Amino acid sequence: MKQVFKKTTMLTDKPFTYCPGCTHGIIHRLVAEVLEELGIGQDTIGVAPVGCAVMCYEFFNCDMHVSAHGRAPAIATGIKRVYPDKIVFTYQGDGDLASIGTAETIHVAARGENLTTIFINNAIYGMTGGQMAPTTLMEQKTTTSPTGRSESLGGNPIKMSEILATIDGVCYVERTSVHNPQHIIATKKAIKKAFQNQIDNKGYSIVEVLSNCPTNWGMSPQQSLVWMEENMIPVYPLGVKKEVK
Amino acid sequence: MKKELIKGNIAIAEAAIAAGCQCFFGYPITPQNEIPEYMSLKMPQLGRTFVQSESEVSAINMVYGAAGSGARVMTSSSGPGMSLKQEGISFLAGAELPCVIVNVMRGGPGLGGIQPAQADYYQSVKGGGHGDYHLVVYAPSTVQEAVELTQKAFHTADKYRIPVVVLADGVLGQMMEPATITVPKEEPLPEKTWATTSIGNSSRKPNIANSLYLDPYKLEKHIQHLAKKFDVITENEIMVEYNDIENAEIVVVAYGTTARIVRSAMNTLKKEGINIGLVRPITLSPFPTDEINQACKNANSVLVVEMSLGQMIDDVKIAINGEKPVNFYGRQGGVIPKASDVVDEIKKLRGVI
Ligand SMILES: Cc1ncc(C[n+]2csc(CCOP(=O)(O)OP(=O)(O)O)c2C)c(N)n1
Ligand code: SF4
Repeated sequence: MKQVFKKTTMLTDKPFTYCPGCTHGIIHRLVAEVLEELGIGQDTIGVAPVGCAVMCYEFFNCDMHVSAHGRAPAIATGIKRVYPDKIVFTYQGDGDLASIGTAETIHVAARGENLTTIFINNAIYGMTGGQMAPTTLMEQKTTTSPTGRSESLGGNPIKMSEILATIDGVCYVERTSVHNPQHIIATKKAIKKAFQNQIDNKGYSIVEVLSNCPTNWGMSPQQSLVWMEENMIPVYPLGVKKEVK
Repeated sequence: MKKELIKGNIAIAEAAIAAGCQCFFGYPITPQNEIPEYMSLKMPQLGRTFVQSESEVSAINMVYGAAGSGARVMTSSSGPGMSLKQEGISFLAGAELPCVIVNVMRGGPGLGGIQPAQADYYQSVKGGGHGDYHLVVYAPSTVQEAVELTQKAFHTADKYRIPVVVLADGVLGQMMEPATITVPKEEPLPEKTWATTSIGNSSRKPNIANSLYLDPYKLEKHIQHLAKKFDVITENEIMVEYNDIENAEIVVVAYGTTARIVRSAMNTLKKEGINIGLVRPITLSPFPTDEINQACKNANSVLVVEMSLGQMIDDVKIAINGEKPVNFYGRQGGVIPKASDVVDEIKKLRGVI
């Protein structure tokens, strides 16, 4: 029988450690498929964040670094400066990229490092049990905003893609979502572009992917996808925020 | 190679370049600014990497990325900047990534001051970052020795896969002395088969630069592996210098700049017929515990002199093991002890004054 579908070679056979219904897994697969389809897997070095995706160093079938919390862009800079011809990417959550690692995020962009970042915005700290993230929505309940995020106590959600789009040196910023198949396909396209830009030496590219956390949102996977569409996208509008052709 | 009059910080930078340092990442802070400044001009001219990072936190993580990729890499800092690097140093130690970290010590705590001090002994030698780990720490006392130890630091780092600290101070960094920038002759080193070079056409498994071990039994095994490695380093790499210890009634233990001050105090005392010895640890980690004990065997007492409230003295006391009194003299906050102060202190100890 003719084989019509097989798992991408850029994922190892290790079973994912993510909760049932978590979209980290879908995004892993998209990144891995892109690496394979662009034929760059053998030349790739990735950087895992601290967050639920810390274990991704066991899942991506390429050389990996495991970062300190928020420091992936600095580590990726170190790698890329040693191997300017290799493909280097970071995979980071919102606490990692938009809170503890904000300085690293802004400056990797300002330096225009020829890197690719996949930014998972799930509006919460997944790994540590559902605390408020910089991206948590107003009124959203978390374990450290138990009555809902208020401006006076918790400040406001940070829109990282919009911020990064203002920075010279950034080549490409797009925000996508993985709440349904149509958007998953669009996310893959964006991820592919972000890696193609690196192949073409165009500078810093980042795809912010709206993702879920059914476990800490206290929802079924199904409900969480609806919540993403109804609540996250209005605050975090999808689309290309910057593209240098 | 000819001798030239050269500032300590520049000498350290040149020594690193001569030792094949491929990448330098750093952030400005006094009194080490000449190192990044020099690197910012020279490294690009040589086709090597210089990045002025956005913080010391980023600098040390850039070091992690470059070290994990197999490059010879260095960063330098002082005071508050060294504090910021500690998280990264812990990760480097955990992931066994070789690198060289230069600390040109200034006075603390807090913003402290910018004058020379030796108050980061605990931070460098006892950890500084979280977790069970050791670093190798070299303490030069002349500009020439700063050159040689910086170069040795790269070799030791690569030989054992361990971060190595060159613990200098503001005097050494800012002082000009005649020195020769040597090109080190190194013994063959193990190949960096662990480096993240990308897999390429090879059939090897992915290489991971990692310090995460969620299974406590695996983490314990890893920590014990690090400890065993440090035992080997202790066996092989201790460096210590002795001066006039044979007939010394008092042996002084001092490192770095302070040892030089003690030496001139010794010269004064010698003219008065007072025999003082000096033991100068060159490796502060591993610490020359047995060597110090032996060197002080015939002395009546031991004096530790430091530009701090007394930090190395803890290790000297361990070395002496209660066999004789261990006294302390020190100045803090960037005040440099005078040779005459050390002379007075020693006379006081002998009961002459
Ligand atoms: C310096 C430091 N501070 C705090 C932590 C604890 N910590 C681990 S993961 C995490 C939050 C991760 O959240 P996010 O980046 O949004 O990723 P997610 O788990 O949601 O995918 C925190 C605070 C840490 N590991 N290191
Ligand atoms: S805690 Fe949340 S983000 Fe983490 S794996 Fe589970 S569902 Fe995904």
